[in-house]
Amino acid sequence: MYGQFSDMNQYLHHNLDKSNVSNIRIIHPDGAHSIAVGLDVPVNIEIEGHAGYFCAGMNKQANVTINGNVGWSVAENIMSGMVRVKGYASECAGASGHGGTLIIERDASLRCGISMKGVDIIVGGSVGNFSAFMAQDGHLVVCGDAGDGLGDSIYEAIIYVRGKIKSLGADARIEPLTDEDHKVLAKLLALAGFKHDTKEFKRVASARQLYHWNADANQEY
Amino acid sequence: MCGIVGLLIKNPAMRDELGELMLPMLIGMTERGPDSAGLAVFGDRISKGKVKFNLFATSADFDWNSFEKAFDSHFGSIAELTIKGRHAVLSTTVIWESVRDWLVHSYRRELTILCVGSSMDIYKDIGTPGQVAERYGFKNLHGSHVVGHTRMATESAVTPQHAHPFTAGHDFCLVHNGSLSNPNSIRRKLEPLGIHFDTDNDTEAACRYLEWRLREGDTLEQAVQSGFEEQDGFYTFLMGTENKLALVRDAFACKPAVVAENDDYVAISSEFRSLARLPDIKNARLFEPAPEELYVWTI
Repeated sequence: MYGQFSDMNQYLHHNLDKSNVSNIRIIHPDGAHSIAVGLDVPVNIEIEGHAGYFCAGMNKQANVTINGNVGWSVAENIMSGMVRVKGYASECAGASGHGGTLIIERDASLRCGISMKGVDIIVGGSVGNFSAFMAQDGHLVVCGDAGDGLGDSIYEAIIYVRGKIKSLGADARIEPLTDEDHKVLAKLLALAGFKHDTKEFKRVASARQLYHWNADANQEY
Repeated sequence: MCGIVGLLIKNPAMRDELGELMLPMLIGMTERGPDSAGLAVFGDRISKGKVKFNLFATSADFDWNSFEKAFDSHFGSIAELTIKGRHAVLSTTVIWESVRDWLVHSYRRELTILCVGSSMDIYKDIGTPGQVAERYGFKNLHGSHVVGHTRMATESAVTPQHAHPFTAGHDFCLVHNGSLSNPNSIRRKLEPLGIHFDTDNDTEAACRYLEWRLREGDTLEQAVQSGFEEQDGFYTFLMGTENKLALVRDAFACKPAVVAENDDYVAISSEFRSLARLPDIKNARLFEPAPEELYVWTI
């Protein structure tokens, strides 16, 4: 079918679950915003080209593959299902994601996984500055390098980084991997299809020093 | 918000199509900047010994014929005038400072000087990018590179003068997506040095600051580096000079930019959707410029 992106999203929201369609290809996305946002159907969607902002945002159940790059906030607030970006992702990838999986095969830009709340994000390349800022739950796997301020004010999310970390954010610290970490990380790498040894990764998690107000700390600014 | 577009044609055979290639890019940024639009186009240098002024008439009724006669009688020299509605390009052999002083003295209310130089023309006005493009025939522009902008005003008035690009000195322009929080302290620094401001716009402060640094002998890299210290706020800046396009994002990089480059062109936009119609974009190298890094392309 041919038409506007709003018609297409309308179809995906209201007509798909009544049909037997299980595979959809979206061609000539040409960087349009909000493609396949808010899906709640177990369907496979392939986007053939570069997508704009908010692609596959709030995804539930669906399996969305982008054969190209994506703009800001891909899979923002993802709840379940899987989103795979074959190219690069711009800023705020997987922001605030509650569940499901986001795989980015190349690099992700700044603020990847900001405020993530349970999503697993696996990045084949590097992530930019301020990634996993205030990350609350879930896992961020970075097969390349991480930029400045990684995991600033992080809560209970866990970050695994294979390459260099330019700098850690406040209250983030490097810790040794536990046996459980190796199992979780191996599973996530296998899911993404990235062949790396889990021993090559560092674990970054919260030092939990910001959890409680410290009345004895120097309060002068 | 605001949208930025830039296009530098590497393949000289394509320079006649500059306007046609750039137009969908500019119109593609309408949602980011629906209230005004503008561009700087860099074409052939005018002949040696001449200088050109781009002028914008405050009123649509401005009498360009009388203006031309007044110029001729004041300077005893013929003005070459190319008029498009409220916009005109004045080329002259008269020393540029004298022309500027005469324009400011005699036409302060009626005319705005958009730019001075030898290879750059500026068109900017209120209206949607499509309307502004139609008004000034952007489709037919040709040249080596262009710096364009679509504006959604957030900090100063919507007037043709407040639209981007801003210019300072000769053949230097800047467009901006973002907002500066200290344009007034930059002004207070520059005004005592004799640098005059046309508007209260934050982008004009950045443009005049960087041009001042260049005039003081800084390289583009040094000027931008000193801008990191001096300019407080969020920005993606695209700058144009006679033979260069330069792009920089601030440390927090919360204003977007995408670059597409191949053997024929370098194209810059706030969003990929503006680049999607360029020829052979599928095979262009696409990347997002990193924060605090200066990217420069030369024709």
